[in-house]
Amino acid sequence: MQSTFLRCPMMSWLPTAPDFRGDLRAALKTTDPTDCLEKLASLAAYKPGFLETVQLDRALGRLGLKEAPGFLPIRLAVLASSTVDHLLPAIRIAGLRRRLLIDTHSGAYGQYRQDLLDPTASLHQFAPQTVLFSLTAEEAIAAVPLMATVTEVDETIARLIGELRSLWQRAREIFNAAIIQQTFINVTESLFGSYDRLVPGAPARVVARLNDRLCEAAAQDGTLLLDIARASERDGIDAWFDAGRWLQGKLEVAPQAAPLYGDFVARILAAQRGLSKKCLVLDLDNTLWGGVIGDDGIDGIVLGEGSAVGEAHLALQRYAKQLKERGVILAVCSKNNPEVAEAAFREHPEMLLHRSDIAVFLANWHDKMENLKAVATRLNIGIDSLVFVDDNPVERARIRQSLPMIAVPELPEDSAQFVRCLADAGYFEAVAFTSEDRHRAGQYAAIAEREVLLGSAQSMDEFLRGLKMSVAFGPFTVVDHARVVQLINKTNQFNTTTRRYTSEEITYFANLPNALTLQFRLSDRFGDNGLVSAMILRSTPDHEDVLEIDSWVMSCRVFGRQLEFEAMNIAVEAARQRGARAFIADYIASSKNEVISALYPSLGFAAVNETAPTNGMRWFLNFADYVTRETHIIRAGAAQ
Amino acid sequence: MTVQEILTVFTRILRDLLLNDSIVLTMETRREDIPNWDSFNYINFIVAVEIEFGVKFKVADIESFENVGAIVTEMTKALA
Repeated sequence: MQSTFLRCPMMSWLPTAPDFRGDLRAALKTTDPTDCLEKLASLAAYKPGFLETVQLDRALGRLGLKEAPGFLPIRLAVLASSTVDHLLPAIRIAGLRRRLLIDTHSGAYGQYRQDLLDPTASLHQFAPQTVLFSLTAEEAIAAVPLMATVTEVDETIARLIGELRSLWQRAREIFNAAIIQQTFINVTESLFGSYDRLVPGAPARVVARLNDRLCEAAAQDGTLLLDIARASERDGIDAWFDAGRWLQGKLEVAPQAAPLYGDFVARILAAQRGLSKKCLVLDLDNTLWGGVIGDDGIDGIVLGEGSAVGEAHLALQRYAKQLKERGVILAVCSKNNPEVAEAAFREHPEMLLHRSDIAVFLANWHDKMENLKAVATRLNIGIDSLVFVDDNPVERARIRQSLPMIAVPELPEDSAQFVRCLADAGYFEAVAFTSEDRHRAGQYAAIAEREVLLGSAQSMDEFLRGLKMSVAFGPFTVVDHARVVQLINKTNQFNTTTRRYTSEEITYFANLPNALTLQFRLSDRFGDNGLVSAMILRSTPDHEDVLEIDSWVMSCRVFGRQLEFEAMNIAVEAARQRGARAFIADYIASSKNEVISALYPSLGFAAVNETAPTNGMRWFLNFADYVTRETHIIRAGAAQ
Repeated sequence: MTVQEILTVFTRILRDLLLNDSIVLTMETRREDIPNWDSFNYINFIVAVEIEFGVKFKVADIESFENVGAIVTEMTKALA
């Protein structure tokens, strides 16, 4: 026995469960499996220790549910060169935290090449939607002699990365799966001391080089990275790697790190499906600045250089501004006098965030719960895409209680740690960084300007005419691929079937000879709204001249702008040119797409009752009956 | 901590781990006496105990523990 301190990565942003054992046992007594699942999901929202994670997973396993209402099923295969069995429970529980029902598959460790190549391996039966490669750097280290030159090291690494890319390629081809590659954890020991960095063949240097090359290959191939190398730098290698466990059972990731590992995986799986958070809602007093502006006055709040507390709050503002630059929407929700609160933004010289950075600004004396609902409504986004940052534990507990779908980080008491807590929580995990993301903030500001125009217009018709809209359209392009993937996976409201497709599947549709894809970009006098709608049409097996609208999505930013009418005009024309004579289209109800339940009849489609999907309607449009709709949108040609 | 107190904590951990509240550990209990306490859950148990007590066992100890009593004895030494 050694009394060395056990290092354990902590998920500090999650609240501690008041009575985990009692609540879990109560959940286990629930007879209805879906009720029990809901209870387990709410327990998964608390800070999970190693033991809690194992227990929750055992309870989840007993339910044996492959699907459940309100949960998204996902099949994930983990192909590994070390033991990963202890990571699977954590992945499933982190999924539960995001309402994902993750079915996992892992082969014997080190068997991943054979599993991919052998069509009789159980992996092929499992048919994963996502494949995660979790590999150690052992092979690379063994292949590089200590005296190797830079060129020799690079050659060996290029060969290994080449093999890895062919495995990715193979997994893509066989399963149409999205690929996630774990970065290589640097478990090497120092050999030359600090001089390691200057020796190309030193093990620590080889792993660093391997990760560099891995990132380049991943960027080229559209492979996503699970950056455990970074996480182990964040927490220290002792928190992530335990030599004893490695020797006992070839566990590269230490069991105490499993809950966080699972959360990292589930973040990416959720992000792929558009379930990352979209909007950061900030409290003001003692969050964006120190002190209470209503009591202390604009000159009395603590903000900016000269005081550590002031700089800590400034650091949070800086971080929020950076998030905004990458496409996160910012909002304010504060119990304050609105004039006083806005004055701070306009007049305080140290404020980094300006009033124009904030898409929705709600400073008033209403219940914060109502204000948070209003933020979601005003932005036309789901309330579950909000993160609410508030220093006040009472407010936090109230929101968690009344609106559990909102993420509320358990901020530390020390304002110096605010940014790290928010960053560690990984709410805004991304799987792409598109030009739409870069311009989103401006687009949300333009929404406000359009609202002003709407207010002054005499009629809706006059408003729409005044917008001077134009649409650019065409088939899916390589340039816009990432945005189309994002749109199809993130859109919840205007989404006819809520079918989610991986990047690979969308490429497949785009290249399918008898499919038709359409993307739409809408501009108006206030600017470019970006690529805001996408449609996937596929030929039907029985009738060559009938196309099925498999998916149709539109960003909520352009609701009520007649784009659905102009898009259908365009789709009918494009389909006619291909010799089609009709569309069939399903509307499948989800918890969020009620807003378009009457879309197809409004476009002139007739109901087809015999073959309606469960939980939805099937619609038919004979082009001979189609009346082209007049809109205020002019055609601007091909979308680029 | 007394031997009995350690046994009580161990029992709670194993009950949680295996979701089986009928488990009662004694100094003489061996792994094969408890349903589902396989090698995978043995490592899980060791990890949970290490986290609970904030200590780490040597790999040599983990390989040689013959029964629960041996783990308790090692733990009392560490906590002494």
